[in-house]
Amino acid sequence: MTLLAPPAAPPAEQAAPARKTLARRLVPYGYLSPTIVLIVVLMVVPIVMVISYSFRDNVIVQENSVFAGFANYTKVLTDPDFLVAMKNTAVFITVSMVAHLVLGLTFAMMLNTQLLSGVTKAIFRIVYILPWLFTIAVIAVIWRLLLDPSGVINYVLHSIGLINDGVNWLGDPGKALWAVTFINIWSGYPFFMISLLAGLQGIPNDLYEAAAVDGTNWFQRFRHVTLPQLRPVIISMAVLDLIWTSQQFALIWMTTGGGPLNTTEMLSTYTYKQAFSEYEFSTASAAAVIVLLLTMVLAFFYVRQQRER
Amino acid sequence: MAVAIKTKRTFAKAGVITGLIIGGLFAGLPVLWMLSTSFKSNGEVFQNPPKLITSTFSLDAYTAILGNGTQLRYFLNSYIVAIAVTLLTLLVALLAGYAFSRFNFPFQKTINAVIVSVQAVPPITLVIPYFGLVVALGLYNTYPGLILTHMVFTLPYAIIMITAYLNTLPKELDESVKVDGGTGWTALWRILVPISVPGLIAVGVYTFMISWNEYLFALTLTRTDDMRTVPIGIQMLMGQHSYEWNQMMAMSILGSIPVLVLFLLFQKRFIGGLTAGAVKA
Repeated sequence: MTLLAPPAAPPAEQAAPARKTLARRLVPYGYLSPTIVLIVVLMVVPIVMVISYSFRDNVIVQENSVFAGFANYTKVLTDPDFLVAMKNTAVFITVSMVAHLVLGLTFAMMLNTQLLSGVTKAIFRIVYILPWLFTIAVIAVIWRLLLDPSGVINYVLHSIGLINDGVNWLGDPGKALWAVTFINIWSGYPFFMISLLAGLQGIPNDLYEAAAVDGTNWFQRFRHVTLPQLRPVIISMAVLDLIWTSQQFALIWMTTGGGPLNTTEMLSTYTYKQAFSEYEFSTASAAAVIVLLLTMVLAFFYVRQQRER
Repeated sequence: MAVAIKTKRTFAKAGVITGLIIGGLFAGLPVLWMLSTSFKSNGEVFQNPPKLITSTFSLDAYTAILGNGTQLRYFLNSYIVAIAVTLLTLLVALLAGYAFSRFNFPFQKTINAVIVSVQAVPPITLVIPYFGLVVALGLYNTYPGLILTHMVFTLPYAIIMITAYLNTLPKELDESVKVDGGTGWTALWRILVPISVPGLIAVGVYTFMISWNEYLFALTLTRTDDMRTVPIGIQMLMGQHSYEWNQMMAMSILGSIPVLVLFLLFQKRFIGGLTAGAVKA
């Protein structure tokens, strides 16, 4: 903590206690200094940079960029590709979130059953968490294999007579968005499940006993005990899930790359392409700032929800 | 009456088991298929009808990956980056957690709120200025560039978790060191760190996972094979040999082993840590 030592000049007798208090007051900032430096370098500076990029032209690629006002924003917001990306992202995150919630809650309730032994439940729990343990790059190649036109999923659907020919799930403009959403549902439900399982285990048993005494059936107990008790967890998980899914880049990039014909283009892939395929860093920055603002709206709801808890 | 209840219970049990098995197949079959494909010869991958258990079991795909210097380098890079990120994150977060847990100071709430909000910032927003910064600082295509940028994901979570952990330890512990003439610094390292090991392990495992799995920054901030990490390596494999499915699956399994092992070893602690606070996945 040499950083926090008082100035080199020896302090006068009377001033000593005051200086000591000042030094003592600085101690916590000393412990926090590496964090503060990192947050400034990794967060504050980059956000200021991206905002300033978004108001300038020819950033990064040329030495002299010029002030452009809102031109980049106008360009992005009138770009049909961006509007398609907005729409796709909205569908992708909403459908994923609802499915994550339904699957997560169903699985959590099955894993919380009193009817089975602890060991059985522990084994199933590991199986159910599996999808979450693989990195997105791995998930992308697994599902590219499974969903291949001559892959095993098409084989099964064909054998039971649901389809006639191999379907190119990730390559058909009418199906690709649903295919990537399905993959995201598979890879993301365990996190909901784990949180909801913890939530279920926290519901006091006497609530169910009291409800049972009142002669309620299973559905009534679910509706009037389980759901209200889980409400805070469900709401915060839902908002967090919308935020995270909206940030999903790797899955889209490695399965469809945003195609075919923009049908799976997301805000993240659109921004990435503007920057690193088109080298239009100025428009990419404007898109990135819009993404940041949209996320802040969601984060605002999350924080408000947390305060109420 | 008793028989009726018992029958009802048996039905309920059968229903739950059926449900669990269906869900288990949904969760587990894709993983099983990956494993099975990694043992097949490439000609067998799309054979009709498909077989879950291959008749010509072979480890060729694994030897092909492990005998390839480029692929091994991806693994080495991932280990270097993830271990460095984990150690640095733990160190920085421990100091910050100590400050939050043991001191009251001006702007404490503000700084804390900033750290929490970092978690919500979209990586795609950061990657553009990071690219500019990393190039300007001469860190493009280097380990430090990746290690530093990965910490934006790992640090907030680690600080929140470590602060919560330290808050559970009584303050009398550090006071006893101070009575003996020690400083807060000695109290932290001699007393708090040794008894925080379980908490630090949970945070460390999670940090390692985040860094090991990170994709966007690794894709953008590195360029050459000697700096690429495993997730990018898997993608490169897909680009180069789009038909070597068995090798892609073998590489995916090899790339997942560190995280799977860490998870199985520390499962309980890990899930507890995860659900203690809403944490970034």
